[in-house]
Amino acid sequence: MRLADLITSVVLMVLGGVVLGDALRLGAGWSSDGPQSGFVPFWLALLLLVVSVAIFIQALVRGGPIPFVTREKLRPVLQVLLPVAAFVVLIDPPGPPSGLGLYVAGAIYLACYMRWVGRHDWRVVVLLAVIVPIVTFVVFERWFLVPMPKGPLEAWLGY
Amino acid sequence: MGFENLFLGFQVAVTPFNLGIAVVGILLGTIIGVLPGLGGANGVAILLPLTFTMPPTSAIILLTSLYWGALFGGAITSVLFNIPGEPWSVATTFDGYPLAKQGQSGQALTAAFTSSFVGAFFSIVLITFFAPILAEIALKFGPPEFFAIQLLTFSSFVGLGGGNPLKSLASILIGFILAAAGLDIVTGQLRMTFGFTELMKGFDFIVAVIGLFGIGEILLSVEEGLRFEGARTTMNLRVVLDTWKVLPRYWRTFVRSSVIGFWMGFKPGGATPASFMSYAFAKRFSKHPERFGQGELEGIVAPETAAHAAGVASILPMITLGIPGSPTAAVMLGGLIIWGLQPGPMLFKDKPDFVWGLIASMYTGNVIGVLMVLAFVPFFAAILRIPFAILTPLIVVICAIGAYAVHNSMIDIWYMLIFGVIGYVFKKLDYPLAPLVLALVLGDMAENALRQSLIMSQGSLTIFARRPIAAVITAVALFFFVLPVITPWWRRMRGRPASAAPSTSPRET
Repeated sequence: MRLADLITSVVLMVLGGVVLGDALRLGAGWSSDGPQSGFVPFWLALLLLVVSVAIFIQALVRGGPIPFVTREKLRPVLQVLLPVAAFVVLIDPPGPPSGLGLYVAGAIYLACYMRWVGRHDWRVVVLLAVIVPIVTFVVFERWFLVPMPKGPLEAWLGY
Repeated sequence: MGFENLFLGFQVAVTPFNLGIAVVGILLGTIIGVLPGLGGANGVAILLPLTFTMPPTSAIILLTSLYWGALFGGAITSVLFNIPGEPWSVATTFDGYPLAKQGQSGQALTAAFTSSFVGAFFSIVLITFFAPILAEIALKFGPPEFFAIQLLTFSSFVGLGGGNPLKSLASILIGFILAAAGLDIVTGQLRMTFGFTELMKGFDFIVAVIGLFGIGEILLSVEEGLRFEGARTTMNLRVVLDTWKVLPRYWRTFVRSSVIGFWMGFKPGGATPASFMSYAFAKRFSKHPERFGQGELEGIVAPETAAHAAGVASILPMITLGIPGSPTAAVMLGGLIIWGLQPGPMLFKDKPDFVWGLIASMYTGNVIGVLMVLAFVPFFAAILRIPFAILTPLIVVICAIGAYAVHNSMIDIWYMLIFGVIGYVFKKLDYPLAPLVLALVLGDMAENALRQSLIMSQGSLTIFARRPIAAVITAVALFFFVLPVITPWWRRMRGRPASAAPSTSPRET
């Protein structure tokens, strides 16, 4: 826990420093029509710096032996987190090539996760991976008219 | 006073469309409440984009109904599976699960739902009477008073939150900083964008809520390795009626827990501490304290009544002062702004049909809610028998849809992912998430109130001490801020060992 606590407080210090710098750039004082843009961020950042330094010292003094996360517990967490990240990349990766869209990426993500993590029967996997995107498509695109990111498949189908 | 207004409200709430909306909201809310990883705040955030095209009154009825459903749903998992679906149901597991194991899950659930209903009803009646009075007082407030109330809201997280006060403060500051990022509406300058056009829009609290409470919560629950091995439900009309015959015996507990719940829920701090406090009181005043924890019906009545009373009470400051009492209320407040309403006391003058429609819908929603959960318990319990490997990706896909729908922008799905990791790390390190979300929602309002106050006083902070109402509120807020510093010192003065405050809430919603 201690190392994680120390790292987090350092990250917060950096955040505070960056915001402080930006606030000073904007001007943290008083202009003719009231406080400048950087006024509130300046004090927020300054306080955050003070608080994160205090948390850092507190962690140094108190630090317990309990680890932040054990190796065997990290596995299931990554088993969830990495597929989610892959799903987001599949929808639309950063940069020019556009992605598969939410529905196709969702189908692939659902199928892979249910099959490899859940070890469910292929028939169940395929059935759900097809039905869920279709239902969400009908609900969001047709009923509520909320557009989702779409890819080549939807374009081919005329959406 | 007020009755013709309430009557007007019922005319709005009791239309077939709005009743239908309430049923849908409660159904979805109960499912969300049953599922670990989807809480009230998160559920409301995901559905918010779908309400953009609805009339505001129907939209708020949908979201509040969802909230009532989530409050009811938490009890089901606690009693049947010994897993609190929501943080305020933790205390319900103490006696609920033992009762279920003794084959009396029907009694336990009936008691839980009935208590929830009683607690909610108590708070709604109080809201009906107090909301117009509070709004009337709040109409006289200027920017300094509003800023003082904001200060009080956040000070209570630091002073009464129960966790590490420094970390609570850090969470609040991060929330305010995130809220300040993007275009400054007052001067038109860009803040903290560092040349990235994506950062111009700032951070949306809906996306933050979905990431922090949705994705973060899933990561936490897989780490804890949740397994659902539930007791069977024995629910029929006979059991319900028999339990109802017994319950009036606990009228003292009902009254005490309702009062605790309303008081705790009105202040930010919310349902979870109220449920624990009420359980502790019920045990202390009981003739058989030794039975608590073994399957005592009163041990279900107390926390459930308080939790629901608190959950409902958190709506009161939202509609009268524009200050939400819970993260879920914070998300609803964000909804009000998106629907083009100005939260706060002016609502009672400008939009009486909206306010009173909402209040009336709280009556109808909770009546519909208690009947629905009593009737459909086996259905809701069956949801938890869906394997985890199917549930997890489903929840993730729904979260992604909700995050994207806010602004139709892909960057929000990335933010959701980042906030998910932050939520997981913060929760593990005891940084509270609720104040962060509240600060993100209230950031712009608080900053404007502060700026306007300072313009009024030409830059002098003494304005918060010179206006009587603002001065009192500011003084209380400052007291809460220094409370964590005073408490150990005070204990030492009285010769007691300084003990660390227990951190109660596993997560707040």
